[in-house]
Amino acid sequence: MTAAVFFGCAFIAFGPAFSLFIFTIAKDPLRVIILIAGAFFWLVSLLLSSLVWFIATKATNAQDLTLQKDLLIFGCVFSVILQEVFRFAYYRLLRKANEGLAAISEEDGPPLSVREMAYVAGLGFGIMSGAFSMINTLSDSLGPGTVGMFGDSQYYFITSALMTLALTLLHTFWGVVFFEGCERRRWWVIAVVLCLHLMVFSLSLLNPLYVGSILPVYAIMLLMAVWAFFSSGGSLHNITLLWMCRKSNTETSS
Amino acid sequence: MWKIDLESSKWVTFIVFWLFKNVSCNSVAQKIYVELNNTVPCVRLLNATHQIGCQSSISGDTGVIHVLESEADLEWPLSKGPNPPYMVLLESSLFTKSIMMKMKNASSRVAGVVVVPKTSPREFSPHTTCPNENTGVYTETYDSNLAHCNQTVWNPRGNGLSYEEFDFPVFSLKEDNETEVIKQCYFDHNRVVNGSGPQYPLCAMQLFSHMFAVTDTATCMRRSNIDFSSSPVMVCDPLGGYNVWAFIRPYNSTAFGHKENESVVIAAARLDSRAFFLQDSTGAEGSVSGFVTLLAAAQALRQATQEAPPTRNILFAFFHGEVFDYIGSSRMVYNMKNNKFVIDLDNVHSILEIGQVGVRSGSNLFLHSDPVSRRNNTVDDEVTNLVNNLHSSTAGLNFSFVESGFSQPLPPSSFQRFLRARAIPGIVLADHQTAFNNRYYESFYDNAAHLNLTYPSNLSPEEQLEFVTDTAKSLTEVATAVARALFKQAGGNDSQVNNINADPKTVTQMLYGFLVRSNNSWFQAVMAPELKDVLQPNPPQYYVGVAKSSHQANALTYLVQYLLANLTGTATNLTQSQCKKPDELPNESTYVYSYLWVQGMVPPNSTQRESFCVRTAVRRVMAVSPAFDLGDYVSKEYSTWTESQRKFIKARIFLVASRDLEMMTLGVGVAVLFTSLLVTYFVSTKADVLFSAVREPANAAY
Repeated sequence: MTAAVFFGCAFIAFGPAFSLFIFTIAKDPLRVIILIAGAFFWLVSLLLSSLVWFIATKATNAQDLTLQKDLLIFGCVFSVILQEVFRFAYYRLLRKANEGLAAISEEDGPPLSVREMAYVAGLGFGIMSGAFSMINTLSDSLGPGTVGMFGDSQYYFITSALMTLALTLLHTFWGVVFFEGCERRRWWVIAVVLCLHLMVFSLSLLNPLYVGSILPVYAIMLLMAVWAFFSSGGSLHNITLLWMCRKSNTETSS
Repeated sequence: MWKIDLESSKWVTFIVFWLFKNVSCNSVAQKIYVELNNTVPCVRLLNATHQIGCQSSISGDTGVIHVLESEADLEWPLSKGPNPPYMVLLESSLFTKSIMMKMKNASSRVAGVVVVPKTSPREFSPHTTCPNENTGVYTETYDSNLAHCNQTVWNPRGNGLSYEEFDFPVFSLKEDNETEVIKQCYFDHNRVVNGSGPQYPLCAMQLFSHMFAVTDTATCMRRSNIDFSSSPVMVCDPLGGYNVWAFIRPYNSTAFGHKENESVVIAAARLDSRAFFLQDSTGAEGSVSGFVTLLAAAQALRQATQEAPPTRNILFAFFHGEVFDYIGSSRMVYNMKNNKFVIDLDNVHSILEIGQVGVRSGSNLFLHSDPVSRRNNTVDDEVTNLVNNLHSSTAGLNFSFVESGFSQPLPPSSFQRFLRARAIPGIVLADHQTAFNNRYYESFYDNAAHLNLTYPSNLSPEEQLEFVTDTAKSLTEVATAVARALFKQAGGNDSQVNNINADPKTVTQMLYGFLVRSNNSWFQAVMAPELKDVLQPNPPQYYVGVAKSSHQANALTYLVQYLLANLTGTATNLTQSQCKKPDELPNESTYVYSYLWVQGMVPPNSTQRESFCVRTAVRRVMAVSPAFDLGDYVSKEYSTWTESQRKFIKARIFLVASRDLEMMTLGVGVAVLFTSLLVTYFVSTKADVLFSAVREPANAAY
């Protein structure tokens, strides 16, 4: 639409990911490496699943629109499954790497805990997924026109950015929860994550009924945020501690 | 380590290339923009003092579409409308000078204009009232009473729109599906309901026609770094084309300069024409009527001049670029003066030019002559002689020649350039006595319908080609009279004169080919095999265009050259390879003749064309204004017209959102960014409190 929309949507979609990167990842080179490798794993999973979809579409009649839509749904389901498979594969890789890193590190023990790796890997998945969804749309938002000529909603850009934001954070939380589940051998966690991912995907099929897709996705994101908080060592006790700390700080200072 | 062997690398390469070839983008841009493909832009032309035409900004001009319904409706885009700037869509009946000037004056609210040609208005001429007034013969020094059309205004309907400068783009669309899409978009989104403004999102259009050249020719030639680089980057290109000429008795084409004891009668006509949108030039009455008549006269003279050659030679000359300050004729006069042509001005005995002869009111054609040169008695006697020859040539025909008023100047014609150099006796034929009969002079509406070229509806294209229209019959009579007059003027034997007759079938075929469809069987037969793609299902372009450095002419020039060759040349028995190198044969010479290999007709029972070699005296010579040879880009003597170069021409429509929505998006984005920065900073500093350490052996918490 114009530069205003471009920057607005870019900030919405990538703002949280950017701030997470700056404050938690950028200072530690090892975290940066794990982030990039995680992004790469997500990208490979998408490449393989899109190959499958592409061959399927080229092998069938391109004019049959319902068939193409069904193939797209099939392709996306396959992609979701493959993404979780690659998340598991990345977990295994990181566990193996962690032993090696522990051996060569100067400190006593591995330099990164599994929790940190979980968070960074999830964030890597999220950033790459967000970039992949949003960059193409962002570049078209720079021109003078907006979506709507062929009957689409004019809120296309904003809702795309909001969905991308939700998906980035969701991937981060799923990474944390997933790795924790693998660590504790709780395999039902993997199934739940997969189901939630599939549910988010099917909600996105409801577009352009944005009320039906954005609100439930954000609800799921809040639930996942709470679950990830608890599974990475947070607790209500810690929150009250924090609150009392602040209160006592303000009391002592004033 | 895994080795990549040759086999699998081949597979990978194959898959990658296959993916590259087959992947197609279904990007968001296709949801937003609808590209318009059938557009004709108004481009910028420059001369020694001015720039004319239209210009868009470098990243295109965007405006909310408004379909203009009447002149009073202009209030909406110019003052009342709440969403400026507007892109005004006009129908051709509203494309008038007053509307365009009002929009030009309010150009901050007008982003551009789109013209949809529909029905012809009653009269419309975007040219000036006094065409070529500064480069003709009538200057202040020649005769101040006749200069600047003080005596006769030739084009009184002219509104000068083609010579105005607009700083917004003006495009023309054909009336077809794309125009329907635009109008549908306008009716869906932009209509005013109950007096209140329309709601966002609104339908808008963006036009790109950014021109590189500014100010005038001298500036843009200076900015094209011609002198400093071996591959210069041109900013503007000089206009120019090719002149086509043929002598009845050809000379050695390498022997330039004066020819002793040779006296030549020049028969001239103009080839080109223009319109406001240059690529839509038609020029039926303005140029086609003239040169088709001359081509028919050349054909009529062929037999008689071969049996009994007259004493004087006759030169048939077709000049290109005459609309833009006489590019073609000034080039020929310049070449004659500087000994770069096979004859020079002393060899020219007299000139007969055929002007606009298609739209007669009554049964008279008028003979125009120059009163100033006729003050000299020798010139006057010669002109009177020519007039008498013309009068006697109409014996037995259905019209007659009438001399126009004695004190009246010449209409705009190539003959004026010859007069500028030398007082040569001459006559210009025209169907108008004072002002033009042409209501659509140099306009898009000067087409086949204007010449009343109508065909019965049940004819196929090939049958239409053969059908002799009334217009063709009347032009044939003019051509007969012209041919007979030329024969007599050249000193031919009077007894032969009545055998000289133009062929109505040739005339009607030429009119069909030049005004309706150039891709017909006869034109295909006279063209060379390598040029057959030049013929299209529409009439050829009449705009002279940019002088190309490669020796490629446009379709019109090739057609006239090959037609003149067919009508005045002789078919020979040479084979194709002999036709390319005829000098090896004893009786053929490329100094005197040119040899063209043409396709020929398809005989009724076969599919193979009978191609053959034509030996002809026709030559095609580059016609660029002498001002560019001399490097004088501010010349008042010669044409200095150039056309600006441009990046690309594009037009597209889309919806635009309201400013409020855009700002809200930006606001939300900034808010999200700041909130996330704050929250993340807060959580990361308090992370040791919020996330308790896990008791794992040999696992240091951060």
